[in-house]
Amino acid sequence: MKSSPLPREGLVFTAVALALFAIPALNAWGPESGPLAISGFQVSVWGKYLTFAVCAMSLNLIWGYTGLLCLCQNLFFALGGYMLGMYLMLMIGERGAYGSPLPDFMVFLGYRDLPLHWEPFYHFWFASAAVLWVPGLVALIFGFLAFRSRVRGVYFSILTQALTYAFALLFFRNSTTFGGNNGFTDFKEILGFDINALATTRGLYIASAILLLLTYLLSSYLLRSKFGMVQQAIRDSENRVLFSGYSTTTFKLTIFVVSAMIAGAAGALYVPQAGIINPKEMQPAESLEVVVWVAVGGRGTKWGPVIGAIVVNLLKSYTTQAFPEYWLIILGVLFVSVVLFFPEGIAGLYQRLRDRLRARKTPLARPAGA
Amino acid sequence: MSDGSPHGPLYRDTPLILSVSGVDKAFDGFKAVRDLNFYLEEGELRTVIGPNGAGKSTFMDILTGRTRPDRGTVTLHERDGHDIDLRKLREFRINRLGIARKFQTPSVYVTHTVYNNLLLSLNRPRSVWSALFYRESPEDRERIHAVLATIGLSGREAELAGALSHGQKQWLEIGMLLVQEPRILLVDEPAAGMSDEETVKTGELLLSLEGKHSVIVIEHDMEFIRQIARKVTVLHQGSVLKEGSFDFVKNQPDVIEVYLGRQGAREREEAAS
Repeated sequence: MKSSPLPREGLVFTAVALALFAIPALNAWGPESGPLAISGFQVSVWGKYLTFAVCAMSLNLIWGYTGLLCLCQNLFFALGGYMLGMYLMLMIGERGAYGSPLPDFMVFLGYRDLPLHWEPFYHFWFASAAVLWVPGLVALIFGFLAFRSRVRGVYFSILTQALTYAFALLFFRNSTTFGGNNGFTDFKEILGFDINALATTRGLYIASAILLLLTYLLSSYLLRSKFGMVQQAIRDSENRVLFSGYSTTTFKLTIFVVSAMIAGAAGALYVPQAGIINPKEMQPAESLEVVVWVAVGGRGTKWGPVIGAIVVNLLKSYTTQAFPEYWLIILGVLFVSVVLFFPEGIAGLYQRLRDRLRARKTPLARPAGA
Repeated sequence: MSDGSPHGPLYRDTPLILSVSGVDKAFDGFKAVRDLNFYLEEGELRTVIGPNGAGKSTFMDILTGRTRPDRGTVTLHERDGHDIDLRKLREFRINRLGIARKFQTPSVYVTHTVYNNLLLSLNRPRSVWSALFYRESPEDRERIHAVLATIGLSGREAELAGALSHGQKQWLEIGMLLVQEPRILLVDEPAAGMSDEETVKTGELLLSLEGKHSVIVIEHDMEFIRQIARKVTVLHQGSVLKEGSFDFVKNQPDVIEVYLGRQGAREREEAAS
């Protein structure tokens, strides 16, 4: 038991919260130009990064602590996005290209009436609930089958990757009623607010920041509880846990579902900020990007995934403009070098530097005090 | 050995805690265990020996719910006279009935402290829900400290289990079984990879459990068996070859032939000369 880490942790948390809320504040009340000027475009870009960060945190929960490398976190993210996307599509109303109350792609495909399962998505509350329970249910069913059959390690990873690929193929089909390969786009409003208005952009950013902070609080509560300790014990020795009277299946299933729901919520906030969702988000390559965020930031650390998601995406946005054809190579090199040279990621690097500085300070401090 | 009616009231009013009778188990046609009969008394310390492939691990797996027997019965006798059929229960359920198992290679939670390793092993309610809202009680703390003293790790509770030596990890794992207050402890090769001194200490630890718990020890190390052995069961080709005191067993010609081999023969010659 360490000597109360809480005050320091609280300090870091407050600092992060202040930094997060500084961005929309500067946009609203800050200067028009200069280094502190934040444009509406930048607010929406950072808002998207925050949703990526939450997705990374959700993966860290299951990969970093329970030790299950899930390669379908992007699927849960995309499913959450699709659920809110259905609401956003219906809110376009007759402002679409065809002036029909149906979403454009349905008119194009010759639909006369709205499919029955779309009806409840006129209600924001229903869509928001679906954002959580749909990814949760997918995780529950898949996880139950996988964990019951003792699918572990790399086999679990491969199966999750197959799952997201299967969903991508399903969603690419027009007959799945989710817009095929074009997905959903051209959103007009959310909860009655113009989706392109600056205030809405700030509002969505703030919602993402709050989701990030809540996810942090939830994960740190879980990790401090005996539940979280059992999760880490499963990573160390699953058999020991099983033969200590815990149903490891239930424990793994719980964390898997929770992590899927968090990813779903992140996806739901991503879609209105990105203005588009399509099945490309479900492709296996996307899932690997989430893994890279977590690995670069620091797997099994509390802030690492957030740092990783932001750093990698900043790098991505720079690289894809400067030399677009090299992005995937850079991503691969980054991942391999993280695994080989600093397996604890940026957060671990920081820890190591601090330890080294402290070790250097101590012998110097002693003669001064003597 | 199997008389065809191994269950029923036959074993009631006996001091038995565990009955295994007529058990068969085959893997892809290979009979790992055949017609195995094994009875354990309350508070007994039993040593199980046998050459590689004698079915020792399969036997452990059957007792703990890891594999299901093809035939035969596995029964836990409760103190109130109830019998529990262990054949259809899952591992964690069997554990909750009070059968704890120590693996051959030390299986501790290396990223948790010694203290938390024991805390996680307490036989408190172990559902997801109760784990979420668990609060450590003074009794829990007391019990953990008592076990720390028993396994000789007092004062090291704040260390990470991964930093312990091999022998200490083995003791910690035994401690993790003890905090569960099990009725039966299954201990698989506890002395493997230990120094002589550590082996003796481990033997003393196991002997101190006799009477309080029923213990089954699977072992290879003859010196160690000599130290702890009360009643010894020799397994060979999946069934019981001989059962009795260490001195009785080690002088049986068939046991010497299948297991003790030359080592046992030499000892006999020395004893004779």
